[in-house]
Formats: sequence, structure tokens, C-alpha cells
Amino acid sequence: MTEPSRPNPDALLAEIQREEQSAKRGQLKIFFGMSPGVGKTYAMLEAARVQKAEGVDVMIGVVETHGRAETEALLAGLPIIPRKKIDYRGVTLQEMDIDAILARRPALVLVDELAHTNAPGSRHPKRYQDALELLDAGINVFTTLNVQHLESRLDVVQQISGVVVREAVPDSVLDQADEIELVDVTPDQLRKRLAEGKVYLGERAATASENFFREETLTALREMALRTTAEHVDQELRDVMRTKRIGAPWKSGQRLGVGVGPSPFSGQLIRWTRRIAAAMDAPWVAVYVETSAALSEDEKRRLTKNLSLARQLGAEVVMTTGDDVASALLAAARDQGVTEMVVGKPSGNRLLELLQGGSLASRLIQRGGDIDVHVVSGATRTGAPKRRPWTQDVGINFLRDCAAGVGAVVAATGVGWLLQGVTGYAAISLVYLLCVVLLAMVLNRWAVLLVAALSALAWNYLFIPPLYTFRITSAHDLMMFSMFFVVALAMGHITHQLRTRETAERRRERRASALNRLLESVTASASLEDGLARAVKEVDALFRSRTVILLATAEGRLEEAPHPASTFSVDAKERAVAAWTFERGQAAGRFTDTLPDAQGLYLPLQTSKNKLGVMGIHFEERNTWTLDENDLLETFAGQIAVMIESYRSIETAQQARVAEESERLHRTLLDSVSHELKTPLAVIGAATDGLDTQLKDAGLPLTETFLDEIKAANRRLNRIVTNLLDMTRIDSGRLPLNLEWGEARELLESAVSQVENEVSRERVHITVPEDLPLVRLDFGLMEQALCNLLVNAVEHSPAATSIDMSAQLDGATLLLRIRDHGPGLAAGEEKKVFEKFFRGTGSRPGGTGLGLSIVQGIARAHHGEIDAKNNPAGGAAFTIRVPVETTARPS
Amino acid sequence: MTAERTVLVIDDEPPIRRLLRLTLEPQGYRVFEADNGQLGLQEAAARRPDVIVLDLGLPDMDGLTVLKRLREWSQTPVLVLSVRDREADKVAALDNGADDYLTKPFGTEELLARMRAVQRRAPEAQEEPVFVSGDLAVDLAGRTVTVKKKEVHLTATEYALLHELVRHAGKVVTHAQLLRAVWGPNSEGQSQYLRVYITHLRKKLETTTSGKLIQTEPGIGYRLLASE
Repeated sequence: MTEPSRPNPDALLAEIQREEQSAKRGQLKIFFGMSPGVGKTYAMLEAARVQKAEGVDVMIGVVETHGRAETEALLAGLPIIPRKKIDYRGVTLQEMDIDAILARRPALVLVDELAHTNAPGSRHPKRYQDALELLDAGINVFTTLNVQHLESRLDVVQQISGVVVREAVPDSVLDQADEIELVDVTPDQLRKRLAEGKVYLGERAATASENFFREETLTALREMALRTTAEHVDQELRDVMRTKRIGAPWKSGQRLGVGVGPSPFSGQLIRWTRRIAAAMDAPWVAVYVETSAALSEDEKRRLTKNLSLARQLGAEVVMTTGDDVASALLAAARDQGVTEMVVGKPSGNRLLELLQGGSLASRLIQRGGDIDVHVVSGATRTGAPKRRPWTQDVGINFLRDCAAGVGAVVAATGVGWLLQGVTGYAAISLVYLLCVVLLAMVLNRWAVLLVAALSALAWNYLFIPPLYTFRITSAHDLMMFSMFFVVALAMGHITHQLRTRETAERRRERRASALNRLLESVTASASLEDGLARAVKEVDALFRSRTVILLATAEGRLEEAPHPASTFSVDAKERAVAAWTFERGQAAGRFTDTLPDAQGLYLPLQTSKNKLGVMGIHFEERNTWTLDENDLLETFAGQIAVMIESYRSIETAQQARVAEESERLHRTLLDSVSHELKTPLAVIGAATDGLDTQLKDAGLPLTETFLDEIKAANRRLNRIVTNLLDMTRIDSGRLPLNLEWGEARELLESAVSQVENEVSRERVHITVPEDLPLVRLDFGLMEQALCNLLVNAVEHSPAATSIDMSAQLDGATLLLRIRDHGPGLAAGEEKKVFEKFFRGTGSRPGGTGLGLSIVQGIARAHHGEIDAKNNPAGGAAFTIRVPVETTARPS
Repeated sequence: MTAERTVLVIDDEPPIRRLLRLTLEPQGYRVFEADNGQLGLQEAAARRPDVIVLDLGLPDMDGLTVLKRLREWSQTPVLVLSVRDREADKVAALDNGADDYLTKPFGTEELLARMRAVQRRAPEAQEEPVFVSGDLAVDLAGRTVTVKKKEVHLTATEYALLHELVRHAGKVVTHAQLLRAVWGPNSEGQSQYLRVYITHLRKKLETTTSGKLIQTEPGIGYRLLASE
């Protein structure tokens, strides 16, 4: 059974999520060209003007016109957000003001020259990162880009044009573009424009550009630009086909792998793999094999750069350890399901390769089994880096190790000299052997080989007869000598291997135990404060750093003051970095791409559910930060976040218990008070009802009048008691809202029917728009509020006049208004009427002065407000404003 | 007059019990009294009353507990009569098996009307195939609905909702009960559906002359008016 056209549900889900994501994200449109001068900025401005004419809120974030009149003419009418001035070493630089754009929130912003590098001290080192942040904020972006600035094309452009391009934009940015518009002119036209001086060449001008604008170069660049655009269109087509289930461009499960190391050549390999992977529509993995060889600071930096390049270009990065690079690579590749492996063409030392059992490429091919191996050339290309001097190759410690080795051989020789008389020359070899084995435990591999060779020679020269020659005469000695040599080499090698394994083991062990210590101290902690203090201590000890913890408040903002467990404090500038980290949930600060000039490195403390705060690390003395360390720190941050979350939830549970308990007590008290007060009222009410029925036909007019008096007094007393109890409940601050969906019209009508005894239905006019959606309120409480307002309106207006009630929505605020046609409020009483026990002028006797305070309490419980005004046309108008959730009205 | 009906009043306040007796006996009820929950349950078992009037604030146990115990073995209609006027209290009582809820102080007429309503048995298709209230007629066997003799077309959901209200005509039905009956057991959070359908039902059933057929009890539920 084959199922040719059924897309994988996970892939579909990812596609849907991507669509949802991009619905919230801004749309990115890139005006793409082969070189400067093709008219990208011009095309972008024209497109922006079209948008503007359609009523879109367009603003210019940054546009470089390079003084060209035609381009400048297009700027007219497009508002510009002023650039931010940045002082850098006495020079004032101007950069796009990303904060101003985010604050202004236009629908579309123009960001020229995506590859631009920002002035030091800007939020992001690169302008494309600014653009990504704008997109994340839901702002659409138009931008321009030349093909030579595309990360994966850098080296090819360099080869073609000989110009070194430094400003690069990762290909993933291009992938995120919703639309790419190719701005194309023929090389001939471009050269003509160049001759007419219409092309801006930058400050460096002529010399480089001569090369760059040669016809062959331009043709090559043009082809590259066209192909890139075509690939992107292809990708889009595939996306469409996948979602719409057209046909089956389902590639078999191809997966590419590339070995990454500290060599600059690795970068080229990574870019090559990314291109092939994109063409094959296959995912790819970058594998780094950590060997026992120590890396220099330079190498560490390059490795980190290469790995982050791979990440930027969309690779999954995998790290593994092993001294046999080929086996480790293949093991990782099999784990990851890699079907094709990319490796560089051998370029190194043949002898060395022979010793290792062939070059890396040939070993991969030999042992690769069903994994296809691509061998990519690189080292012979123009501009490829030269091999480093051999001393650097084996590390800084090499010469020192060799010196130590020579010294040790001399010492062993001395010992041998002394023992010679006692033991004979054969036993001396054991002294040398001991020396080799001992040195293998401390020196590097090459120094050990040197020691082995040197001691063999020294033994031969100084001890094996004939003395002081390298000649060996007897077969016995020859055998001894060769055996010694082989044994020394083997012992040295094996001991060395054992040692490196042990070192790697110890490092893993250290990591594991650091994590373990953190977990233990966290579990042993008695409180959040204690737990954080312990965690900070562990972090500081492990990374030789100082740490600051900023926790989130209940409202989801970052607390002003650092947590007391912190071992350093942040100034306003550092706090801004921490705030960014918190908002975005991404690491920022030192050793990252965002705000790298900051003093500290900031990591979000978050779990899948909650943002809990930020952890900042401040290093005293440190210039490098490896991925390995970063991983460990992230794991720590994760654990600390989990700890905070669990303490928080314990806290919440306790608070809830206390609140519940006091709520229960309060309710019991209120219940018994209402019981005591209302029972007699109920008795009086029912008794008068009973009397009423009995006396109805008795024809005693006075009795009926007395009864009516009793009933009215009873109703009044009942209202007072109810109001007093309600006020007590509201004052207690425990007025839990029972929010439900409902219709505003229903609310108004049911309020009117509740007070039918006091107001006749005909006096009240209700206005509610037909299309008012359902709203979410505590309908019981809100009805009570409206009843009180209605009773108030009746008391303060003549019997014949009408009372207007209305409900309407103003954005997300519900407005409930009741207006009477009485004399209105006395001047200065607009606020006072809501005070407790306040009795307005002209109030009839019998009120408690609580009705309106209760209304206010109910409005506030809904996070809203109420105000009272005199209507210009007469009468008082009361308006309740409450924020509400609404539904789109279903048909 | 029909055969004598019996009522059990469970309330700890002697004046209330006395008043209820004075009010109900002239209406043809035989009144039994209990001043605490325990006794109330015993009396309910011994006297098998036609209807029970229950206070929630009892000295020995909460009225809700009495209600739950009672509902373990009896379907006798229960009218709760209490000073507790929070919606939460009302909903709790109704959802635990009370047939209606009246707050103290109360009007005598309203009490009598509610007592009549709770004693009316839910109409079933076999016995009482047509329910009539004002202009509205619901043929439970034929599943047809007419207003002023004109047939009204209801969707399946609208009919299910109306059927549930008819089954408890005159009594308040809580939001939760309606949601459970119409949309199934796991639908209780989705009260906005209910509002939408109630609105539709009202538009179709309530004419200008008929007035409000479906009454809203804010925060609690709905009540379908039953003609006396």
C-alpha cells in the first residue's frame, strides 16, 4: 500500500502554525538585486507610495537616497521617523530608531539596506535583527538587499569579484520573506548608469568597484540573484503544494550532515551544505566532534562562530566527543538519521593522514556504509585561508611539552648512567620505558612520541655497544632496540589515550555533578529566598561570575529591585537589557547577538507556562564563552525557573487557602446576621399578606390603609437591611464576580421588572443597538446596580416623566446609562452622591444613602467606574463604564 | 377541591412555621413541621409529604446537606425558602435537587404560585402530549411547536432547549442543567451558546402580545412561564 499524497500531520500542523504565526507577525518584503545601483531603493519607495495611496500607514525607518534627485523626489509625502544619534568615540553616528518605530507602530515601515552594520552600542549589531524585531512586533517591513550580502553566497562572490564582503545577512531572513521582488537590469544598462555617475559606490569607491562592475562579474552576480529568487519561489511553491496537497514533491527522507570544526574552511562547508539542503528541501545537521586536543582561544572563537553560523543558516547543531573523528562523526550521523554526509577534500599532511589510517574523507567513505559522502574542495580556492604554522596547529603548549620531554630524557639518561654498572645496559631500557609511560600521563601526544624516539636513540647511542655510535652489531641488541622502540610508542599512545578519555570523563562528571549539586541545594532549600541564594552560589562558583536575579511581579513585569540573593546589582542600562530579555524570552547581552556591548549576559527564567524573571551573569575576567558553557548555563536557568515556579505555586495555594478560610468565616457571619434581621421582616410581611386576604371583604377602609402603611414600612426596612448587608459585603473586598455571557438588553429589561412595584414599566424607555454582541458580566450584581439606579431615578423625578436607559459599546467598554427628567443634581454633588450615607438635597426621607455607593462598589468590582452628571437638557444622568469581553455575534 | 395535599415545613424559626401553617392550611394543605434537619428527614420519610418547604440555615446541619440526603431516596418536590440571596447559594441549592428557590422576605401569593409549580409533574410525551402556555403550544409526541396556531420551525438544538424548559415549566432551570441536558455533560463552561439560543427561541416564540414567555433569573437560569 502506498499513500502518495497524504501529507504528514506534523508537517501540516507546522504549516498551520506558521500561517498563524505569520498572521500575527508583520509581513516582510525584500527588494532584491544583484549589485548596488540597480534601483532597489527606488522600487521600494514606489511600492510604498502605492501602499500610502491605498491608505496604509507607511513610515520611513531609514532610507539612503545617496543624494539622488529622482529617489529623493519619491520621499515627498512619506513621513520619516528621525534617526537616533549615537555617540561613538567622539563621532556622532545616526542609526534607525527602533524604539521610536515600536512606539509609533506604523502598519508598514521602510528599512533600506538590510545588510547594514549598526554603530556599536545599538540594540542589535546588525540592521536585519532590528527588522526581525519589528516583524515580531507585527509591523510590516519593506527592505532592500543585494545578493552579495547573502551569508551563503559570501565566498562565491568573493571568488568571482575578488571583493571581500563583510556585511552578511543570514539566509534564514530571506526564507522568512513573504515576498521577494527582484529588481533587475542588464549588466550593460548598469555599466551605463555607472558611467553616468548614477551609482553610489560608497566611501571606498573606485578601485574595488572596477573589479566589481566588470561585465563578467555582473553577469555572474545577476545569475546568482536570479537563481536565488527562483529557489525562493520554488520553496514557496512547495509550501503551497504541501498545504494544498497538490501532487507529491515529497522527497524521500533525505537528511544532510556536515562536520564542523574550528577551521575557517568549515564556514565554506556549512554554506555549501545549506545550499544543497535548500535545493533538496532536506533538513540538515551540523556535527561538532570534540577531541582531546586542546583548542587555542582563537580556535574556540572560530568554532563558536562556525556553529552559530550553522544555526543561523537553519542547521540543527549536534555535539559529540571522541578522539577518532571519523567514527564519532558517523555515530552522530546515524543517530540523527543522516543520509548524506558532507566533508572537505583532504588538503593536509599526507604522512599524518597515513598515521591516522587515511584522510578523514577516505575514512568516512570506507566506514560510511549506506551514508553517501560528498567531498567538497575548498582549500585550493583563491582566497582560502593559508594553513596555519605547524606550531599553532598543535597548540601553544607544544614547545613547552617538548622541552619538558627532552629534559626528562636527559634525566632518565642520568639515572641510567648511574645504574649502568650495577644492572647492565639492557635494564636501562626499562628506565626509559618508565619515563615514557610517566610522561604520557602529562604531555601531549606529539611530545610523547618525541620522547619515545629520543629515548630509543639515547639508549642506542649511550648504552648499547658499540658505544657512542648509532650502530648496532648484535642481532640480540637489534631485536631489543626495535622491540623497545615499538613498546615505547605503543605504551605512550595507550597511556595518552587513557588519559584523554579520563579527562573528558572528568569534565562530563564535573558538569553532571554541578547540575546535581544545584538540584540538591535547590531541593534542600527551605524557601524561595534560600533556594535562590544557594543556586546563585553554585552558578558563581562554577562560572567564576557574579549573578543577579530579577523576578517577575504578579502583573507580569520585571521587579525594580534585584532579588536579595543577587551578587551584583544592575544600573538602568543593564536593567533595560534584562527587560528586553524578559519581554522576548531570549538571551541578550554579552556573548549574544542582542546588545552585545552590555556588561552582563542575561537569560530568561521561564518554563513552558510562565515567564518568571531574568538571570544576569557578570564575568570578571573572561573573553570567550563556549557553546558548551552556554548549554550548561541554560540548563541551570531552566532548573532555577522550575524551582521558582514550584515555590510560587505553593505560595498561591497557601494564599488561596487563607482567602478561602476568611471568606468562609465572613460568609457565616453575614449569613447569621441576615438571618436574624430578615426573619422578623419575613414574618411581618407574610402576616400582613395574610391579614390582607382575610380583611379584603370585611369592608373596613381604615384597616386597609393601616395595612398599606405597614407593608410600605416593611418594604423600606427590608431595603435598608438589604443595602446595609450588601454594603458590608462590598466593603469586605470579597465580592467574587460570577462572570457569564449574556445580552445587555435582557439585563436592562430584567432590572426594570425587578422594581415593578416602584416604577411602572411604561415610564422606562430602553435603547440598545440591535447588533450589540454578547457581553461577559456578573449579571446578578449588575442587575442590582441598575435596580438601585432606577429606584434613585424614581425618587428624584416627577411621577409622569420618563426614565431613559441605554446600553452601548465603546471599544471594549460597556456603557450603561440611566437618565431621569427630574431637577438634576445640586451643584457640587456629582461626586458626593457616591459617598456612603450621603443624602442628596431634595432626597425623600427613608433612604439610607447607600444605594449609589453600592452601585459604585459593583462597578469597581467589574474594574469599571460610574459617574453622575446633569444632562444639558435637564435631569441627572448616571453612566456605568465597565471593560467587558464581547463575542462576535453569531448569526 | 382535590384530595388533601400534605406539606412538610423544615425551618427552625417558630414564627415562620406558624405563619406558613396559617397561610397554607386555608389553601387545603395539611402541614407537618420540623425544627431541625434530622427531624426533617425523619418526617419526610414517615409522612411522605407531597411537597417540602426547606430553610437552608438549620441549627443541626446545613439545608444543602438535608437536600442531598433527601435526594438519595426521594423525588418529593422541594421549595427552598431562605434569607440567603446570593446567586451562588441559589444555584447550589437548585443544582443539588431543589425544585425552586424563594428568598425571605417573600410574598404569600408568590409562595403559593411556586408551590403549585413545583408540584406539577413534568409532562411526558406519553401522558400529556401537548403543553400549552398562553399562545404557545408544544406537541411533545409530534415534536411540533405552534404559536397562535401557526407552526414555528425550530432547529434540533432550539427544540431540545425548549423541551427541557417545558419539562420544568414554571420552575427555574439553572444554566448548568440546561447546558447538560442540551449540549451534554462537558459543556458547562460554555454559557454563551445558551444565551445565543435563548435569544433565538425568544425571537421565534414571543410575539408582541404574548409578553415574556421565558423569564431570566440573572446569574441562575431561566424559567418558562406556565399558565395556571
